[in-house]
Amino acid sequence: MFSQRRNLIFLFFGIVGLLFIGKLFFLQVIDDTYEKAADNNAIRKIIQIPFRGEVYDRYGKLIVYNTPVYDLYMIPRKAVVKDTNHFCRVFRVTKEYFIKTTQRARAYSRVKPSLFLKHLSKEDFASVQDAMVDFPGFFFETNAFRTYQSHSFSNALGYVAEISPTALEDQKDDYYRQGDYVGISGIESFYEETLRGQRGVKYRMVNSNGVEKGDYKNGSLNINPISGNNLYTSIDLAIQEYADSLMQHKVGSLVAIEPSTGEILAMVSAPSYDASQLTGNNFSKYYQQLALDPMKPLLNRPPSAYYRPGSTFKLVQALVGQQLGFIGPGTVFSHAGAPVKCHGHGPVDLRGAIRVSCNPYFYHAFRKMIYDNTTGDTYERSAKGLQRWADLVANFGFGRKLGVDLGNEKKGILPNVEYYNSVYKGEKMWKFSNIYSISIGEGEIVVSPLKMANLAAIIANRGWYIPPHVVKGVGLQKSIDPFYKTPVKVGVESKYFNVVIDGMEDAVTHGTVEADGRIPDIKMVGKTGTSQNQKGKDHSIFIAFAPRDNPKIAIAVFVENAGFGGSAAAPIASLVVEKYLKRKVDRKAVETKFMNMNYLPNAYSVVRKKAAPDSTKK
Amino acid sequence: MTDSNHIQGRIDWITVGFYVLFVGLGWLNIYSAVYSPDAPLAFSDPAFYNSNAGKQLVWIGTSFVLIICILVIDFRFFESFALFIYLGLLLLLIAVPFLGVTINGSHSWFKFGSVTIQPAEFAKTATALLLAKYLNDPLVNLTKFPFQWKAALIIGIPMVLIIGSNETGSALVFASFMILLYREGLPGAYPALFIGGIVLFVSALLVQAWIILLVLVILAGLLVLFMPIYMQRDPKTYLRLSGAIAGIMTLALLVDWVVNNVLKEHQRNRIRVLIDPGFDPRGLGYQVTQSKIAIGSGGFWGKGFLGGTQTKFDFVPEQSTDMVFCTIGEEHGFVGVLLMIIFFLGFLWRLMYLADLQRSRFARAYGFGLVGILFFHFLVNIGMTIGLMPIMGIPLPFFSYGGSSLWSFTILLFIFLKLDSHRSDMLSR
Ligand SMILES: [Zn+2]
Repeated sequence: MFSQRRNLIFLFFGIVGLLFIGKLFFLQVIDDTYEKAADNNAIRKIIQIPFRGEVYDRYGKLIVYNTPVYDLYMIPRKAVVKDTNHFCRVFRVTKEYFIKTTQRARAYSRVKPSLFLKHLSKEDFASVQDAMVDFPGFFFETNAFRTYQSHSFSNALGYVAEISPTALEDQKDDYYRQGDYVGISGIESFYEETLRGQRGVKYRMVNSNGVEKGDYKNGSLNINPISGNNLYTSIDLAIQEYADSLMQHKVGSLVAIEPSTGEILAMVSAPSYDASQLTGNNFSKYYQQLALDPMKPLLNRPPSAYYRPGSTFKLVQALVGQQLGFIGPGTVFSHAGAPVKCHGHGPVDLRGAIRVSCNPYFYHAFRKMIYDNTTGDTYERSAKGLQRWADLVANFGFGRKLGVDLGNEKKGILPNVEYYNSVYKGEKMWKFSNIYSISIGEGEIVVSPLKMANLAAIIANRGWYIPPHVVKGVGLQKSIDPFYKTPVKVGVESKYFNVVIDGMEDAVTHGTVEADGRIPDIKMVGKTGTSQNQKGKDHSIFIAFAPRDNPKIAIAVFVENAGFGGSAAAPIASLVVEKYLKRKVDRKAVETKFMNMNYLPNAYSVVRKKAAPDSTKK
Repeated sequence: MTDSNHIQGRIDWITVGFYVLFVGLGWLNIYSAVYSPDAPLAFSDPAFYNSNAGKQLVWIGTSFVLIICILVIDFRFFESFALFIYLGLLLLLIAVPFLGVTINGSHSWFKFGSVTIQPAEFAKTATALLLAKYLNDPLVNLTKFPFQWKAALIIGIPMVLIIGSNETGSALVFASFMILLYREGLPGAYPALFIGGIVLFVSALLVQAWIILLVLVILAGLLVLFMPIYMQRDPKTYLRLSGAIAGIMTLALLVDWVVNNVLKEHQRNRIRVLIDPGFDPRGLGYQVTQSKIAIGSGGFWGKGFLGGTQTKFDFVPEQSTDMVFCTIGEEHGFVGVLLMIIFFLGFLWRLMYLADLQRSRFARAYGFGLVGILFFHFLVNIGMTIGLMPIMGIPLPFFSYGGSSLWSFTILLFIFLKLDSHRSDMLSR
């Protein structure tokens, strides 16, 4: 029954099929309006990179901003250049470049845009605008360069560069694409997510001549880019530039902090580099040069370099010794029985010991701190004493990160029981006689210049600090992480600071600081340090704060291979302090002397020795 | 008792071949539609399984599990339980407004964990099963009105429920059972009237009612004038003829009233756009235009696999689901779509051939139900991408992206293949 109906049904299907095929033949083969429409209706997805946030100093002076640049792209299928010579003249490229780049673009894709010419300036862009109608298939995309108002402060600022393949691989939220720019170090890296803003997407209808015909779907699919937030730093650009000029021809660091707020006023890493050369076409060449430089100009020394604190660490010993109850202002030690060297002077009290930086004094004080307990044999007592000591010293930020808002902060080393157990391969393998060097800031203890500037701030505040930071406000609200608002107590009562500060005052007025380091009308107190290193001349260290009453600035200066602390670091610190407090420097002779002082030959001789270690042994 | 385990030898491998071909080509098209040259995804990348192509791969895998299940179940199950399956689906359709979730503006989905199921997709299969079971009764004669009425009831109930959940496209698929019923004896006047109704319906949208009436009167006049000689020119004939003409005119007015008063504006627009793509250039017209541009720009040979420019960026809306044909048209050109249409018609021919081999009316009717459903999807889906049909949310069987649609078509097809593999075991009644 009805079995012939199958054929009728299939006839109907066939008619529909033929109808479709006919319509499709018309659409696809006969009528070429759709092919043209496809070209005319091409929708281009344009990624809009928002402007990166700008960076200001503490008085609102611009440090970093953006300059728009223009990248020229080509779509090979649509690019028709009738007169190559004319084209090369307009864009100022050679014919070889034109041919090579066009071939590469064609090899990549015939329909997708390829970068043809990078980083045209606003002026170049304007000059080729009129000629663009002659070059279908070419179009511009806007990009931006970081532009630096000052050549100073480069290391702490960091720089931006194309994201590396490994960083691209490791990213958590899948935001970056190949070729995106990203903050590499310093605050550019630390505040990357704040600075970068939010990328936008624009869908534009473009005809075959590369001329945009408007937003696709009236722009309903577009996502507007959101500019990055500005950063308001605590840097005093004038002081920063001044400090930079003092640190030229030297290797080292300078960090100045406002003690009451933890705000970093200046941060110098020497030698430095010119950040403006790390943007744009010059990047790889200049970067290569910096990366190969034995003086490591790319390293941001203040939070990242390792030094022994030397005698500046005696300040910590004086404070901790008092808090633990083993020494006081009246405690006197002589040189007798101490295996550490000193100058010819008689027994001194605590204040005097700080003034003259007496090594035996702090050897004896540390011995008391380590041994004065009744745990058992000397090994056990050493362990018990060291742990008690190290727990207190750790409060000052040694052996851990302070939490500064810069990339690559290093922890440093605060040797504790665990540390020595691993060095001497077991418990009860070491005692005081093995570790006494740390009593005078030598031996295993390792710090960064930032930690020492923070120590100066702790003493200025008599017992607390706010974690040091470079950025004091983010975005329009100038908001800041409460972490950078909360004081941290170090666990040493404020009364114990009096004698230490007295000693530091004496050190400047008639102690280890030489005349160049004294400011006639400002009461600066400080402590010199001379950090031993195996490779060359000692590093010169000085930490200080001023004025003594109601301190406004705490500072640490490290100058590598410059010898004694009082002779190089202290004068430089004094000049910066004077400039900050008076906004001018009266001691022009000192200023000139230290601006021109060149310690680089010493530093280079160390590098050479490192490069050829055998030669030193002969 | 027959051994129901030895099915491999009797399964129709030609049909299975078509199925594998369609699903495979469909997946390649989905991959191409979501493929982004800026960020190609590797199979090893977990993100791949969040893309449409990755998810479709998972659904294809699970479809094979479904196929195994269907082939293992006893073939008598489908006939015996047809009523239960049908009632179960009705229950789900009733429950979905209360327990379902909304996806893409249609409140017709159930969500189980990360899997979403649209019961409307499966209602087709259930209805085909029950309809086939009903027709298996040799007393059922579709030339008689009471039986027609009952068959219409079986089709109508799920249809009304689906319209209730605002899935007009899925509901219209039930019109395809006309093919099943026609094959099983429904008088040809019904399909003719059905097609005539559609013509009236479209006319009602485009011209005023009085023009339609005028045209009908003129047609009737011409009919009377050129009435064949062998027809008796007596008053009875004239009376009957006038009655028929009056009936048709009433129908025309009714359709006109439905179109202008019952349909919503956006539903009317979908059809108006067909005639004049410039009618709503930014909305519906845009979709039709974009889709035509994508297909038209493919030319004779196409732009090559992954080479499409128009179907990238998600600009042809629903390009992986309902508009997947655009990708074929753009990337494989006229040659590609020609082959695709020929293959699909060949597939339908094979299924009808198999259906007519069945001894049991149940299996045969089910087979034609399957053919009707597949054809309706083919007709509407391709028709809308080339501007011959209104835009309706209807997938292209086996090709379109989506778990519910792939699963439902797989089940629909393989139940028939299961029945077919036992055709010698079934008795024709
Ligand atoms: Zn001494």
